[in-house]
Amino acid sequence: MPTDHGIGASSKRREDLRFLTGRGRYTDDINLQGQAFVHFLRSDVAHGRINGIDTSEAEKMPGVIRIFTGADFEGVGGIPCGWQVTDREGNPMREPPHPVLAQGKVRHVGDPIVGVVAETAAQARSAAEAVVLDIEELPAVVDMRKALADGSAKVHDELDGNLCYDWVFGSDDAAIDEAFSKAAHVTTLELTNNRLSPNAMEPRVAVGDYSWASDESTLYTTSQNPHVIRLLMGAFVLGIPEHKLRVIAPDVGGGFGSKIYHYAEEAFCTFAAKQLRRPVKWTSTRSEAFISDAHGRDHITTIQLAMDAENNFLGVRTDTLANMGAYLSTFAPSIPTYLHGTLMAGNYKTPAVQVNVKAVFTNTVPVDAYRGAGRPEATYQLERLIDKAAREVGADPVALRRQNFITQFPYATPVAVEYDTGDYNATMDKLLEMIDRDGFEARAEASRKAGKLRGLGINCYIEACGIAPSALVGQLGARAGLYESATVRVNATGGLVVMTGSHSHGQGHETSFAQVVADMIGIPENMVEIVHGDTANTPMGMGTYGSRSLAVGGSAMVRATEKIIAKAKKIAAHLMEASEGDIELKDGQFSVAGTDKSVAWGDVTLAAYVPHNYPLDEIEPGLEETAFYDPNNFTYPSGAYACEVEVDPETGKVQVMGFAAADDFGNIVNPMIVSGQVHGGLAQGIGQALLENVAYDENGQLLSASYMDYAMPRADDLPFYKVDHSSVTPCTHNPLGVKGCGEAGAIGSPPAVVNAVVDALQRGGYAHVTHIDMPLTPARVWSAMNG
Amino acid sequence: MTQVTMTVNGKPVSGDVEGRTLLAEFLREGLRLTGTHVGCDTSQCGACVVHVNGTAIKSCTALAADLDGAEVVTIEGMANPDGSLSTIQQAFQDHHGLQCGFCTPGMVMSAAALLKENPKPSEHEIREYLEGNICRCTGYHNIVKAIMAASGQDVSAIAAE
Repeated sequence: MPTDHGIGASSKRREDLRFLTGRGRYTDDINLQGQAFVHFLRSDVAHGRINGIDTSEAEKMPGVIRIFTGADFEGVGGIPCGWQVTDREGNPMREPPHPVLAQGKVRHVGDPIVGVVAETAAQARSAAEAVVLDIEELPAVVDMRKALADGSAKVHDELDGNLCYDWVFGSDDAAIDEAFSKAAHVTTLELTNNRLSPNAMEPRVAVGDYSWASDESTLYTTSQNPHVIRLLMGAFVLGIPEHKLRVIAPDVGGGFGSKIYHYAEEAFCTFAAKQLRRPVKWTSTRSEAFISDAHGRDHITTIQLAMDAENNFLGVRTDTLANMGAYLSTFAPSIPTYLHGTLMAGNYKTPAVQVNVKAVFTNTVPVDAYRGAGRPEATYQLERLIDKAAREVGADPVALRRQNFITQFPYATPVAVEYDTGDYNATMDKLLEMIDRDGFEARAEASRKAGKLRGLGINCYIEACGIAPSALVGQLGARAGLYESATVRVNATGGLVVMTGSHSHGQGHETSFAQVVADMIGIPENMVEIVHGDTANTPMGMGTYGSRSLAVGGSAMVRATEKIIAKAKKIAAHLMEASEGDIELKDGQFSVAGTDKSVAWGDVTLAAYVPHNYPLDEIEPGLEETAFYDPNNFTYPSGAYACEVEVDPETGKVQVMGFAAADDFGNIVNPMIVSGQVHGGLAQGIGQALLENVAYDENGQLLSASYMDYAMPRADDLPFYKVDHSSVTPCTHNPLGVKGCGEAGAIGSPPAVVNAVVDALQRGGYAHVTHIDMPLTPARVWSAMNG
Repeated sequence: MTQVTMTVNGKPVSGDVEGRTLLAEFLREGLRLTGTHVGCDTSQCGACVVHVNGTAIKSCTALAADLDGAEVVTIEGMANPDGSLSTIQQAFQDHHGLQCGFCTPGMVMSAAALLKENPKPSEHEIREYLEGNICRCTGYHNIVKAIMAASGQDVSAIAAE
């Protein structure tokens, strides 16, 4: 494996050159000729009836071009949901409409009501202040338990309640009851998985444009998946056929899930641009982002573990309330079900696992995937539960895990997935090497002398990535396929362009994807250009999320490149008057096996486009191939994480002293980028555990609506991390043997932090503290210790 | 409207601004220097950090009209005169101190200001100094490492690539 280039090398990122010099081109950097600006007037109440909207004064304000309300969107489709979950009775989930602008009612603080389009952004903002809304405030539904109680106010009047679905998955009642009836010990844990705001640093932006000449619409948007937006918005909202709609997601400043979904503002700008025949731009403020970007997590769970007298796991039973918010965001119903329930076996050979999820509508911002998406929720509850169980039965938490590890692969879990490969002992061994567990007591003693309580938390995780086999997700309710595509276009002079449906918004695809193709052909990486993010330039693709880009998008790219190489070998065989089967490609040179005959890559590509001496009766000229790749299974990255903390017993403040992550991502293309992905995930997971929380009051007012109130992790909250991905069990079913690394850090880290804090308190004599809900703020920790 | 004249990245510029026009808006919309980013509206995230008269400030919190005559340096003015990356920029690339790139201009500008006043900052000093710059991608590990490396410190003992 080369270390200076190609697969396995920490090639420096080519995209950095533009980002480091201010030459990145993000959506807000795009300004079109004649562009107008929209400002959205949003609901400031969580739930209300719209009795009147008076725009008459606002219409007279300087620069106002047109003011749109919900009435302008009658006949236009609503924002669609991409996944239909079937409930335990076999009925489809309740799927209420989601209008572009509110119609009749507002359902969360931030629900857009009016779009004011003006010549400048400032004029649009000023005019919006002159719009008079008559909104009758209604009782808000905020708490999920109260939302399901009889007599609760309803978020959607046309539904029979606030339940979206009641879903059961995994082992049947008889199997799970038997497991618990045989148990020598049952551990129960109630917990919440706190609601988070993804907070990509680039706020969302949309610029709609319309060509009167060609009747084509173009949307520039901050998206992780421009084709998905084109499909959803074109087919379901605005009725624009895909060949008349182009969606461009240029440089995108982080996503973390929040830029997967089709949002109302995108549809608005595209719609208004056509109505007004001029470009319409919207740039979100951060304050708007907090009340309009989909949130993540927000589960309330009770989970139980049954063990026999030898501490073998017999059964896991979990009941979760999952907040959907006011409307169903694009992938929302799938997150607590198929991205959560399917992972509830964890790394363990538990014979019976049953998952119940009740999804609930509330008068809050819609909730959807956020980095990890369902898998952090599964990992957190299971790994907290095992830690609690270990304490209850006096077992070592590492030994208890090892005892119950799955060690034979493939392994079919009771929750419908089959792990193809893994070695959980290997990552645990690596982790223990990294953290000096034996030295912990001495460190704890030093902390004690300094008046601090030190704790160590260890856990495992597994995730299902490489999303996803289309046939499987289709059975599970997905309304889309989850393949990926790539076109490889080789130019006459040998350089090539890969057009991928994956989208890079921080992941460094322009570098790592080029490494793969260059390696396959044996040419320098700088001969390979990666193009993404424009539906006009790339084949139909499903975008980037679920740690799928390399596993699925990379596989498509490999398949397309294989087709290129196969054709190039035919051309080379002709040029050298040899048999195709004797042609070998190495270091960009085609040679005839057993001879000294060879032609260079560039000779072959030139021949493909200048076919003077070319087998035209056998193959077409040109060298361009497309491949679509649909995986036949998920990939299953796994690992073991450890966190060491100090708790100040005087204040309850938690300081992370060290964090170590030992991951098995399968094969690695660019170790530098992989480490960076893990670092970022860890920061988000540690942020969830200690700092971040979306807080609503009982009236549905968002209390954490700015960076003054929502505690983003900052540099001085976090340590240097130790990360390792040298434990490798290659994925068995994709051509690169890769598993995906984007979400692991965020999935594996929250339980390590909480386990560490509980450990610190237990060791410090606070035996009554067996759990604290995230985020573990000083107030919560101090209250747990002293209350 | 008020006319302001500034020196931005060594070049004299002028433009008409409203009283409410922020420096960030003047740079981005007036001068089309879109490397300066706006990531929040409460002066917290630091994506908009530029140097004004040699001091790092948040350009979302300064009124353009107040800065008549100021010397402003933005991310577009940070590369070496021959266009190659400056020491700090190169360290960010070498140590993978950026991912999506959105916070990066502010990080580089803050890092430059830090190293000017403290040429060999400790890890702790770097982390404290970056309190006003939020990054969501990197977990700060490689940003802190890059700044230490840019200051000439040996970072080979710090874990990971």
